[in-house]
Amino acid sequence: MKPAPFEYCRADTLDEALDLMAEFGSDASVLAGGMSLGPMLNMRLARPAAIVDINPVETLAGIAADGGAVETGALCRQVDALGSPLVAETVPLLAEALPFVGHFQTRNRGTLGGSVCHADPSAEIPLALVVSGGEIVLERKGRSRTVPAGDFFDGIFTTAREPGEIVTALRWPVRRAGTGHAFDEIAQRRGDFAIGAAAAAASVAPDGGLSALSLGFGGIEDRPVLADLSGFAGAPATSGTAADAAALAADRANPIEDPKASAAYRRQLARVLGRRVLERAFQRAGAPPC
Amino acid sequence: MLRIAPGARHRVTVTVNGRPHSGFAESRTLLSDFLRHELKLFGTHVGCEHGVCGACTVEIDGRAVRSCLRLAVQVDGAEIGTVEGLAKDGALSPLQEAFRRRHALQCGFCTPGILISATQFLEANPDPTEAEVRDMLSGHICRCTGYEGMVRAILDVAGGAS
Amino acid sequence: MTGGGGWVGAPVPRKEDEALLTGRARFIDDMEPVPGIRHAALLRSPHAHADIVSIDISNAVSHPGVHGVVTGVDISAATAPIPSAVRVPIDYYPMAVDKVRYAGEPVALVAAEDRYAAEDALEAIEVEYRPLPPVIDPKAAMEDDAPLLHEAVGSNVVHRRSFRYGDPETAFAEADRVVRLDWTFPRYSSTPMETCGVIARFEPAPDRYTIWSNFQGPFILHALMSGALGVPGNRLRLITSPQSGGSFGIKQGMYPYMVLLAAASRLLDMPLKWIEDRLEHLTGSSAASNREDAVEAAFRDDGTLTGIRFLNVVDVGAYIRAPEPASVYRMHAASNGAYRVGNIDVDNRLVTTNRLPIGLNRGYGGPQFFFALERVMDAGARALGIDIAEIRRRNFIPRDAFPYRAPAGALYDAGDYEAGLDKALDLAGYDALRAERGRAKEEGRLFGIGMATAVEPSGSNMAYVTLAQTPEERARAGGRSGGLGTCTISIDPSGAVTVKTVSTPAGQGHATVAAQIAADALGLAPDDIDVVTEIDTLTSAWSLASGNYANRFSSVVVDAIGDAARGVADKVRAVAAEDLEVAPEDVELTGGAARVVGVPEKSLPFRRVAAKTHWHPAGLPDGMAPGIFETAILSPPGLGPPDERDRVGSAVTFGFICDLAAVEIDPGTGRVEVKKYVSVHDVGKILNPLIVEGQIIGGFAHGIGGALMEEMVYDEDGNPLSGTFADYLCITAPEMPTLDIGHVDTPSPHTALGSKGMGDGCSMLAPTAIANAVADALGREDVEPPFTLNRVWDLVAQGGEAG
Repeated sequence: MKPAPFEYCRADTLDEALDLMAEFGSDASVLAGGMSLGPMLNMRLARPAAIVDINPVETLAGIAADGGAVETGALCRQVDALGSPLVAETVPLLAEALPFVGHFQTRNRGTLGGSVCHADPSAEIPLALVVSGGEIVLERKGRSRTVPAGDFFDGIFTTAREPGEIVTALRWPVRRAGTGHAFDEIAQRRGDFAIGAAAAAASVAPDGGLSALSLGFGGIEDRPVLADLSGFAGAPATSGTAADAAALAADRANPIEDPKASAAYRRQLARVLGRRVLERAFQRAGAPPC
Repeated sequence: MLRIAPGARHRVTVTVNGRPHSGFAESRTLLSDFLRHELKLFGTHVGCEHGVCGACTVEIDGRAVRSCLRLAVQVDGAEIGTVEGLAKDGALSPLQEAFRRRHALQCGFCTPGILISATQFLEANPDPTEAEVRDMLSGHICRCTGYEGMVRAILDVAGGAS
Repeated sequence: MTGGGGWVGAPVPRKEDEALLTGRARFIDDMEPVPGIRHAALLRSPHAHADIVSIDISNAVSHPGVHGVVTGVDISAATAPIPSAVRVPIDYYPMAVDKVRYAGEPVALVAAEDRYAAEDALEAIEVEYRPLPPVIDPKAAMEDDAPLLHEAVGSNVVHRRSFRYGDPETAFAEADRVVRLDWTFPRYSSTPMETCGVIARFEPAPDRYTIWSNFQGPFILHALMSGALGVPGNRLRLITSPQSGGSFGIKQGMYPYMVLLAAASRLLDMPLKWIEDRLEHLTGSSAASNREDAVEAAFRDDGTLTGIRFLNVVDVGAYIRAPEPASVYRMHAASNGAYRVGNIDVDNRLVTTNRLPIGLNRGYGGPQFFFALERVMDAGARALGIDIAEIRRRNFIPRDAFPYRAPAGALYDAGDYEAGLDKALDLAGYDALRAERGRAKEEGRLFGIGMATAVEPSGSNMAYVTLAQTPEERARAGGRSGGLGTCTISIDPSGAVTVKTVSTPAGQGHATVAAQIAADALGLAPDDIDVVTEIDTLTSAWSLASGNYANRFSSVVVDAIGDAARGVADKVRAVAAEDLEVAPEDVELTGGAARVVGVPEKSLPFRRVAAKTHWHPAGLPDGMAPGIFETAILSPPGLGPPDERDRVGSAVTFGFICDLAAVEIDPGTGRVEVKKYVSVHDVGKILNPLIVEGQIIGGFAHGIGGALMEEMVYDEDGNPLSGTFADYLCITAPEMPTLDIGHVDTPSPHTALGSKGMGDGCSMLAPTAIANAVADALGREDVEPPFTLNRVWDLVAQGGEAG
């Protein structure tokens, strides 16, 4: 189990990386943490002509507040985001999702950007980004663009990233006062890719009604998806609402089926996890205990 | 910028356990293979080569990571720690001692990676709960021990037991 | 024995550990025993069943770095087919010749400068396949119109034998209640962390092969390998690596690869190294058998088990590979389990399917056998309204009945099963668990309790596999029996002691226990004694049964160590007696010295006495041979050939295990939470409690993994779906339940130290104990492992619909 031959290209700056991507286009794979690309190379499931190693590009590694958002560089290691007081304070959904991402040893190297680019349907970071209403910053030689997370994921391992483009940063909206978040997942083993995952964000008005509500699922469909819960605007932030909303979202889901789990089971997980994260988000938003 | 053509052999110089080492690697050579077959440091083991089992875990620049998911050419100039460096002056480290005392190893094949992980884990989290220890160990597969001895050993060291 | 230092039985930390902890222990992939080694990679079939129309290797041969390519046609010309105890017209070669029969079967070998180049060249080999319909389900494979794997056999059922002990027909006719269960037992594997590895070198004039490997034995397979390679045994030299990174039986299954690499080394005239990678391991190594079995139990109303009938269908995979069909015969002589039942029917069918061939795996046949027997005990208890512990108590072989001859021939050496049961109930807090189950039922929670008990056969009779042959066939084939153990202890001219166990451990701590035994015999400390555990078939004292399997170490090998150590001790005492001017029986070995009994200050250092046998032969007692090289070869008691009624003493010792599990199922997610797991063991005399506990927990990990998540899945086309460690879910630390261990140890009269074999342990019972608890929680008997989230939720959801 050894990689096929490739040209190794180490970019020391973002410009160098963009030049290399312009040169190789779809024949290049960007190497960040390598937690997903590495196994695919070793099994020869990925056979790029060139590897563009962006790890030396230090400008891509940071975590910074930027107006109403926190920007995490694409190379930000999962362990660094997990240990960041700024993330814990301002992007609590990401902070709650990160312990579910892989293992201690893979978070030490794996990156936020890499997980988003790999686009495993059950990956935690893409789901957190979608439910947070975040954005993905992409650059190519001479052009930069920002894509809302909800528009970025096209299916299993496929995204809106075009040949020649590099994801350079993720933008996470800063948590607003009165908003609660929650993340949970079910996997056969701790640290596995989830069979199903759910993330929620909810804002509760002083009257106890929901002023904003967002519920997303990972692993249920072929990409992280947001449920349409517009009908619950103003509903009371109660356990009953959580159950009803999760049930509606689960019923409307279009679950995938694979050797790990049936569509029916995934729908069930959407129901169970959806309710769990909604209840928790309501409480964290200041609702009375369910 | 550095470019290494397919098939070309590139000199890689690293510090392993405080000592300089140098050898040749192709662009695609895995760090695990470079350590073992080029530098002849056979203490690091290979169990799956797809990043799941953790047997090949080494410390690079202070962090425990999978060496099967790293290219050798990526670590030029890095500080690497392997199992061969854990005992100092011929004396087992407290963690190694605890593994022996608690019968935390049987075949010992997964042990080098687990020792590296646990050593760095305890540096980052000197007083973990059992659940945290088990969570850290979820990044390793051991087929002999059922993990019980190593959980106890790591908690012994964390708690300062001798 | 003199000068006992009390090492045996003490929790001595392991001699093996320091090298392993510091990265200095040497495994097969660390070895470069000869210069000029080339690296092999194997092309494997992507099809489960297909004819090979053509293979074009021309582009691979000319690939940079490549030294040669070998195909199945080459291998079939250079080797003879490897036989098994089942006489059917199957020519089994270690590489497919004209047809592939499982996805992962080797099709070609490339030798190159390194593994990278070898894998590059694999991609340049062009194979044209003509796909054939595969058959994956063993029941489907038994149908008349099923696709045939081996046309010459004319059926996929490659073996069938029926057995009858006592009067099962009457027992079933007169039963108050007959309980029948039908089930599928999944295929799984203990997947050692170190994969298989082989280094092979051919040398001509005369032709001879040397193979270095992490092979575990049994070395009865040496004869099959030398036969396949066409050389006498002394020209096939097998050398095992100093360390082996786990095996659990799986590394028995590598011997065809040893033949393959040896033959390729000859064909290409270069030493070759092949290290199986994890993908190869999960699709091309070996696994425990999946089964499609049924069991029927005849009970009286009071719970007495009066008859039992096993209807076994074993999926052996694409070939029947020796020592198969042993997996279905290992437990046969103990078909009554821990019970008095005397009326037994067994029907064994072995079926080929387009899956990986099966072989040894921890518990070898035990998990499947006890799934039948112990599931039907719990089901019978529920059907009769008797407590699951009580029904076992009423059927146990009583403590005063040992040694006990089982109906099918096993001789149970010692036991107190009722005491083991009581201990398990006590450790589990059984009454409180039952109360909890009652409360849960009232609250609508899914809480269940399950039990399982086992006898643990250890130290196999090499002849039990010949049960696959009829008595007439056995008579024609000539006698076979026994399970020899060997050990050599030598003392070199410096007076230092080396024990050679030829026991090829893979983590079981043989070196430590061997040193404990020798230390007690010689009045030394374990640190004074070096132990070599590997085999070199050219220089070691070994025999057919050598190797590491069937809990053999503490049931057979320890006695060989003890015998050899006694021989050394007798000689040292005799030499010392002459110098101390006393009779040998007045000399004891203790504290590193030979001392006059009762006059401890009158002594000589052990090393000096021992060294004298080399340095001063003329000064030895009259008639004494110089030097000290004591080789003990023992034939354990009770391992005769099968008799004309198919009864055989299949093993030397029979330990006992009693497991009790309590689970609660989350109806929302299907997660089975193990609330309590208790396991009580009778391993006879405990030689090293640290190691015994480690083996018990390790066996539990395999059993609980099989119970909860581990399965080698194939799709209906025969594609393996568990081909990576992301898909084959080995149990990890957070999922391990707490195990409460107890002991009721009855010393074995069949071993000098009173020890019994152990190690399989809970790997044989956890799938069953958990299944019984799940059945209890769900109120249905049609439950099969692995109890994964989705599978259990399906059961819960069906129950909800049914209710």
